[in-house]
Amino acid sequence: MLLAGCGGGQDSLQPHSTQSNQIRWLWWGMLIVAGIVFFGAVGMLALAWLRKGDKGLPALGPREGLTNGLVVVFGIVVPVVVLVALFIVANLVVIKTTQAPAKGSTQMSIDVTGKQWFWVVSYDGTPAVTANEIHIPVRTRVRINVRSGDVIHSFWVPELNRKIDTINGQTNSELLYASRPGRYRGQCAEFCGLQHAHMGMVVVAEPMARFRAWLANMAKPAPAPAGGAAAQGQRLFMANQCASCHQIRGTQAQGQIGPDLTHLASRSTLAALTIANTPRELAAWIANPQAIKPGNKMPDLGLSRSQIAAIVSYLEGLK
Amino acid sequence: MAAIATPGQRRVDRLERIWEERPGVLGWLMTTDHKRIGLLYLFTSLAFFAAGGVEALLMRTQLIGPNGTTLSPHAYNEMLTMHGVTMIFLFVIPISTGAFGNYLIPLMIGARDMAFPRANALSFWLFLGSGLFMYTGLALGQAPDAGWFDYVPLASRAYSPDKGIDFYTLGLIFNGISSTVASANFIVTIFKLRAPGMSINRMPLFCFAFLAVSFALIFALPFLTCDLVLLELDRRLGMHFFDPSHGGNVLLWQHLFWIFGHPEVYIIILPAFGIATSIIPTFTRRRMVAFPLVALAEILVAFIGFGVWAHHMFAVGLSTTTAIYFAAASMIVVIPSGIQLFAWIMTILTGTPIFKTPLLWIIGFIVMFLIGGLSGVTLAAIPFDQQVTDTYYVVAHFHYVIFGAAVFPILGGLFYWFPKVTGRMYHEKWGQTSFWTTFLGSTLTFFPMHILGLIGMPRRDYTYPAHMGWTGYNFLETIGSYILAAGLVMVVANLLVSLVRGRVVDNDPFGGGTLEWATTSPPPEYNFAVIPKVTSPYPMWDLDDREEDGRKLEQGVLVLEQGHETPGSTVLDGDWDEILQMPSDSPYPILLGIATAAMFAMLLLAHYVVAGIFLAIGALVLVGWHGTEPQES
Repeated sequence: MLLAGCGGGQDSLQPHSTQSNQIRWLWWGMLIVAGIVFFGAVGMLALAWLRKGDKGLPALGPREGLTNGLVVVFGIVVPVVVLVALFIVANLVVIKTTQAPAKGSTQMSIDVTGKQWFWVVSYDGTPAVTANEIHIPVRTRVRINVRSGDVIHSFWVPELNRKIDTINGQTNSELLYASRPGRYRGQCAEFCGLQHAHMGMVVVAEPMARFRAWLANMAKPAPAPAGGAAAQGQRLFMANQCASCHQIRGTQAQGQIGPDLTHLASRSTLAALTIANTPRELAAWIANPQAIKPGNKMPDLGLSRSQIAAIVSYLEGLK
Repeated sequence: MAAIATPGQRRVDRLERIWEERPGVLGWLMTTDHKRIGLLYLFTSLAFFAAGGVEALLMRTQLIGPNGTTLSPHAYNEMLTMHGVTMIFLFVIPISTGAFGNYLIPLMIGARDMAFPRANALSFWLFLGSGLFMYTGLALGQAPDAGWFDYVPLASRAYSPDKGIDFYTLGLIFNGISSTVASANFIVTIFKLRAPGMSINRMPLFCFAFLAVSFALIFALPFLTCDLVLLELDRRLGMHFFDPSHGGNVLLWQHLFWIFGHPEVYIIILPAFGIATSIIPTFTRRRMVAFPLVALAEILVAFIGFGVWAHHMFAVGLSTTTAIYFAAASMIVVIPSGIQLFAWIMTILTGTPIFKTPLLWIIGFIVMFLIGGLSGVTLAAIPFDQQVTDTYYVVAHFHYVIFGAAVFPILGGLFYWFPKVTGRMYHEKWGQTSFWTTFLGSTLTFFPMHILGLIGMPRRDYTYPAHMGWTGYNFLETIGSYILAAGLVMVVANLLVSLVRGRVVDNDPFGGGTLEWATTSPPPEYNFAVIPKVTSPYPMWDLDDREEDGRKLEQGVLVLEQGHETPGSTVLDGDWDEILQMPSDSPYPILLGIATAAMFAMLLLAHYVVAGIFLAIGALVLVGWHGTEPQES
């Protein structure tokens, strides 16, 4: 969409999946019933104001037994009927669509680990690891297994499905199924500290062939640097602290603290959707990561402008 | 000039002498009078309300537009945590139980004080101490910043190494002692100190609400305290209650927290329901419709509230069966709430309502509670809850409940009982203006939050990007919050000015139905010259009984002028049982409060031996406390 810079929308009322769509209908249904109850009750208050000098029930007069009976009807009978209906629709029917997928009911699994403050994404059965951008084939049932890498986070892509927390010591799972190709934005939804606000992700749903090509590329080790500046950038990357925190598969950079950068250039954003992945913004990030996302674990490395330019040209070659 | 005193007048003079309070600051520091303690609670909790309000305004200012820079991320997280802790533990609960409950319950049941006046004073000093303790953390730049429900592992030492979380844990344990003492006092007072004749079915609904709240607090607080102690053991001694890598469980924190936390919601709103059930009959000139059903509903809400906690945890990966059980239980709570809601509406509809300031706040409360209650029902639909939990939709929901359904009646109650407490009337026109301003402000602040949550904005984000479609709603909310603040300032200004300039009123300017209106405004130290006769739930509307009180004073029946005395009665029937000797002012409560505060400060600083010394000092104070005091004969 127009918001391609940082992923698509994040609007639970604009669903792009069966799951999210059912939740949306559940919402509109509940809103209509709630509206009737609300305006009915407020209507009674308005009536009370209109006939403030008159005792008793409108038209029926002061009949205490009947008045008490109406409290029972409005306070017990009507709620019981409405609640039973809501319970059946929401908690017995819709929940079947939105709950964690049964074993063997999905065609593929993706592991997502929440860390302060980005998402590690790895594809079962392949060496592919990436961060914050989750590609899935469209119209395919995908199981997402979510885990915590430090504190509790919550995996949430509202246009595709409800949220699921990452809980230490357990693996939770959730179904993702995109009805049509597109970019669907998500965000950590459980308060996780200083940069909770900058822990975005994007799910990219694409046709199976494109997805396969993408995954095949992701599974490969990083390409060798092309050209002198990039080669110098690679040397600088390995010689400085970069390599102790980041992994670039196929090189000696095997750090596990920050996001995997093997195919960084294929991603459209940096710092969990905080900024766009352009050479300019990447350079600004390397120069002063704390100014852009205060509190994140990446220190100011004290590199010169030309060193940064070399590292940027290396990283921007990691397609 | 002295006219020849009647026997009644001589008795009143004698009571004045017996119950006279020490003047000056010392009198306030040593007081055991429930009315003075109620006022201390009122002023203190309003000060914390102001602090919590400033925190909210700072957050709203930060969010007025995308990428705001009013607050740093760390400061924002401190503000959101302190705002929650302050509003719940230092404002709503203390003002409703501490101020309204303390001041009014003895008056409503025709008693001369709370059952344990010194424990009552103690609960205030502990509350003040715990509040100052937590704000010391903020002043030192070490405020808690893990949110008011303080989830682990974020709150563990590994991710929150500074003392902010310790201020939170110790401060809340400290605060919990205060609430426990106060609750025990309310229960005994309501059960045992009712005027002879006030059987349990003649007790005001206000007292039923406080009875329910007090029991709920006593049963809910141990879960919180236990949770907090486990967290401190993890943080200080390196234990592993919440550490899965050593067999602990991070969800244990959440379960224990919400077993306390959900009853807490009802603890917050039930006193407000009690206020509503006091104001509505007075301003509609009729008794509450379905009185026994409403009393039962108040008790039931508090009881069922203990079985619904995991609906705060639908997104943690509970099994579907577990989630469905908790959703069903949560839906059941709707029924007692629905009974009360329609009982209020039917009372207003079938009475002859006078739309003055106190009733306006209650009407506002009903409208806000309808919205908050209905949005609450939608959260019992598990898939929808899992979609919008931890978004602004939930923030909207609980502000409609806490601000709309608890604070609105509290504000209405301030106006309603203002003439009783001060002997002067508030300014009606400004009262109505402040209501409409606050109502408009809170609607602008909280209503768009529903939409923001639905269109994807998570809660607790210190900022948001520009292109999400959230900017307009956030702008509206921030403007709304300023209007809301203006409305609240108007309320306070009205009451302060009326304190000096308000029209002087008689004992019962509104024609209220309960016993607090039987005595003078403000009430004397001994509350009632003669313990009032009670034959119905609205004794002030039984004019014969009130005339009989006058005759009894002349005859010296039930005047209890032999000392600090109040009648004790049986729990259910309210038959006169005994005469209780009440203590007069005492230095021990405040001394014990200071020793406790010092002990908690030393625990925070990990000076355990010194903390032990202060504990021992506290024990010594208790020895003095239990020394008998001379009774005037």
